Amino acid sequence: MAEEEKVVEELTTQEALTDPLYVPEPVDGAAAHIKSFPAAPEFQEKLGYPGERPDNWQEVALNKMQDLRGKFRSFRLFLDICVKCGACTDKCHYFMGTADPKNMPVARADLIRSVYRRYFTLPGKWFPSLVGARELTEEVLDEWYTYYFQCSECRRCSVYCPYGIDTAEITMAAREILDSVGVGMKYTNEIIGKVYDIGNNLGLQAPALKATMEDLEEEIEEDTGVKVRIPVDEPADILLIPPSADFFAEPHIDGFIGYAKVFHAAGVKWTISTYASEAANFAMFIGSYENMRRIAQRIRREAIRLGVKRIIIGECGHAWRAAYQFLNTLAGPFDFLDPNYPVPQHICEFTWDLIQEGKLRFDKSQNDHLTLTFHDSCNVARASRMGKYPGGQFDIPRNIIKAVCNNYYDMPEDTIKEATLCCGGGGGLLTDDLMELRKKGGSPRMKALKQVTEEYGVNKMAAICAICKTQFSKIMPYNGYAMDDIMSVHQLVSNAIVLPGSEQEAELDGTADESGDSEQAKEDA
Amino acid sequence: MITVLYALLYYVAFIVFAAGVAYRVWGYWKTPAPAVIPTTPAPVTRTGVVWRMFKEVAFFESLWKSNKWIWIFAMMFHLSLWLILIRHARYFVQPVPTLITLAQPFGKYAGIFFVLGGLGLFARRILVSRVRYISSPSDYLMLLMFILIGFSGLMMTFVNKPDVVGVKAFFLGLMTFNWQPLPTDFGVLVHLGLVALFLIIFPFSKLVHAPGVFFSPTRNMVDNPREKFHPVPWLPSIDEVVYDEPPGKK
Ligand code: HEM
Ligand code: SF4
Ligand code: SF4
Ligand code: SF4
Repeated sequence: MAEEEKVVEELTTQEALTDPLYVPEPVDGAAAHIKSFPAAPEFQEKLGYPGERPDNWQEVALNKMQDLRGKFRSFRLFLDICVKCGACTDKCHYFMGTADPKNMPVARADLIRSVYRRYFTLPGKWFPSLVGARELTEEVLDEWYTYYFQCSECRRCSVYCPYGIDTAEITMAAREILDSVGVGMKYTNEIIGKVYDIGNNLGLQAPALKATMEDLEEEIEEDTGVKVRIPVDEPADILLIPPSADFFAEPHIDGFIGYAKVFHAAGVKWTISTYASEAANFAMFIGSYENMRRIAQRIRREAIRLGVKRIIIGECGHAWRAAYQFLNTLAGPFDFLDPNYPVPQHICEFTWDLIQEGKLRFDKSQNDHLTLTFHDSCNVARASRMGKYPGGQFDIPRNIIKAVCNNYYDMPEDTIKEATLCCGGGGGLLTDDLMELRKKGGSPRMKALKQVTEEYGVNKMAAICAICKTQFSKIMPYNGYAMDDIMSVHQLVSNAIVLPGSEQEAELDGTADESGDSEQAKEDA
Repeated sequence: MITVLYALLYYVAFIVFAAGVAYRVWGYWKTPAPAVIPTTPAPVTRTGVVWRMFKEVAFFESLWKSNKWIWIFAMMFHLSLWLILIRHARYFVQPVPTLITLAQPFGKYAGIFFVLGGLGLFARRILVSRVRYISSPSDYLMLLMFILIGFSGLMMTFVNKPDVVGVKAFFLGLMTFNWQPLPTDFGVLVHLGLVALFLIIFPFSKLVHAPGVFFSPTRNMVDNPREKFHPVPWLPSIDEVVYDEPPGKK
């Protein structure tokens, strides 16, 4: 087909293949065929949505739109104030990767804005074609489903819009409207159901989880000679909520071992919970505060039941957003916890505090075979903070990496920190039915990585997001890397940490001269 | 006859503009921003937010990060607009304050930059395929309207000077309900007609971005969701929630 050839041509020039921020010429409909599987009725109903599309679906959808306009200032305002300046048009990794103009943030928002104009504004009622207003038809609904599930809610567009228009907010509202007429997405909605039934996205039952943790304890003991405990459902001071992928996916689990070692070295009483064994909150992806709260309140319940003083969240991008921006708001107030610590706290904040206090000892040479870079996960970068000052979310993970590794290089400045490029699999798109989109959306990040590989010999990328890690381990092999070239930040910590009484300590102190290592770490930061 | 027509037009335009903008702003004001969602890194204090917003409104900070071409044309267009508005204040107050008199020459030449900025934005809309894709007829027409307002203004300033004293008398008359005849030069009629049109469409169009930007939750919120408790106003209190039971206990 001519269109397909155009896409291929547009995306395979020398420049297109090497420039991370390459902007293709738009090719209409280039990603129209990429569609996720819809959710079955039983999964819709579990979340409080109709199982099937009702006969009067238009009316229901428009009522929902009106309802959301009253509940969310973002949605109401963003539909009105876009001036179509075009500043955001080249900022979305899905547009860069697919060349489909409907993946330009403003065009994505226009899919729903055009309908809003038709039914809710005078110019749209009187002169629809003048202002680009259109009726809510079957085709429009279909287009919504397609393109609102080609957005990872990464907020890159909102950084660059002169009014901060966040297309992620529009996408969330659109998905909520779709769900309200029984049109949901299989991957996100089934997973939310699993959390309600079992407690985590993976459907991991309590006995299996406990057994896995015992295996991990043994593994750590074999490696270090130290008995590091991983308490499950025990009363403690700290409740750790990791993304459930940390319990057995690679490289996530190596990061989890890192948390356990850090807790052990800090000598704190901590626990995980089988009931609240999930930091991820996929209800955020579908824009449903009711469902988001139902997941978030599980954490509250466990914090009370286990009598903890602090809540710490594991490495996960959107989960950290769900925790940072929403946990207190939806499941708070947490006035029963220790007021000396923020609620919730990120595992990186915890580890970095200990490093600064000189409480952790590292042997950086353990990571000398690695040359690292760091992928700023978008939800951490653009929708949260770590530490006390704005931008701490960029510095703290890098500080940790530099404290445990000798070789670190950043990717190009316009692809990291607040300008970071999404991995391509966030926002509820981490499903095999969207593999083509994931590869294409991840290509800008891959190109940025290749630049530092060529320039500095970077061979590993570290991340603090469960979705990013899974996504990269899938798409890196298509880009000349190995599956395990994506690493957890706490995996690096785990490699380098020297636990008191461990074999590593004995070895090091035999050669004595490196004993000032944690001091060194402090200076490096 | 023309005087009556324009007098009525301006009363209508003014009422539509004022009531329309008030209605919009009221809508934004009363709609909750249920969670703390600034685009981060974001200021952690109120003062910080005021500074962020100031940089956004006065210098288009985000646009600067985003696209230098749009930024240049947009700055030309908007800065000139402010100078022009200040200059026009002399038509509505008597005596004219010194500051406004001092601004006159700037306002005069700002007109040229206003039109150039507008033309630049128009050219982008046509030439850049991505921007062309997202433009509807109204986007072109609106720019055209501003360019024409600017152009007709420039013609009157530099080429064909109308009876500005008469125009001022007309507007002062409107304000005191003591109508005075409007000079009926062609330039005056076109310029004033388009300005009235602009006032009328303002509240119904993307022009509400001007008051709207101040309400944008991604820009005007303090980044403090952990430090401060912000309950969602339309969700029941946490004491009323029902918890899911663990799997065994169902
Ligand atoms: C708080 C005040 C304002 C701010 C911060 C602001 C900001 C902006 C920005 C950043 C843009 C996008 C860049 C561009 O396309 O020019 C824009 C566009 C525009 N603004 Fe404003 N503006 C303000 C007030 C106004 C006012 C009072 C008017 C008209 C009377 C106006 C008319 C326009 C128009 C027509 C466009 C679209 C230009 C195009 O079609 O490309 N703005 N504004
Ligand atoms: S940058 Fe903002 S105002 Fe400009 S087109 Fe995009 S969403 Fe609209
Ligand atoms: S939020 Fe991210 S994925 Fe969605 S439109 Fe904006 S840039 Fe694209
Ligand atoms: S998966 Fe990672 S990079 Fe992608 S949207 Fe989430 S945080 Fe961003």
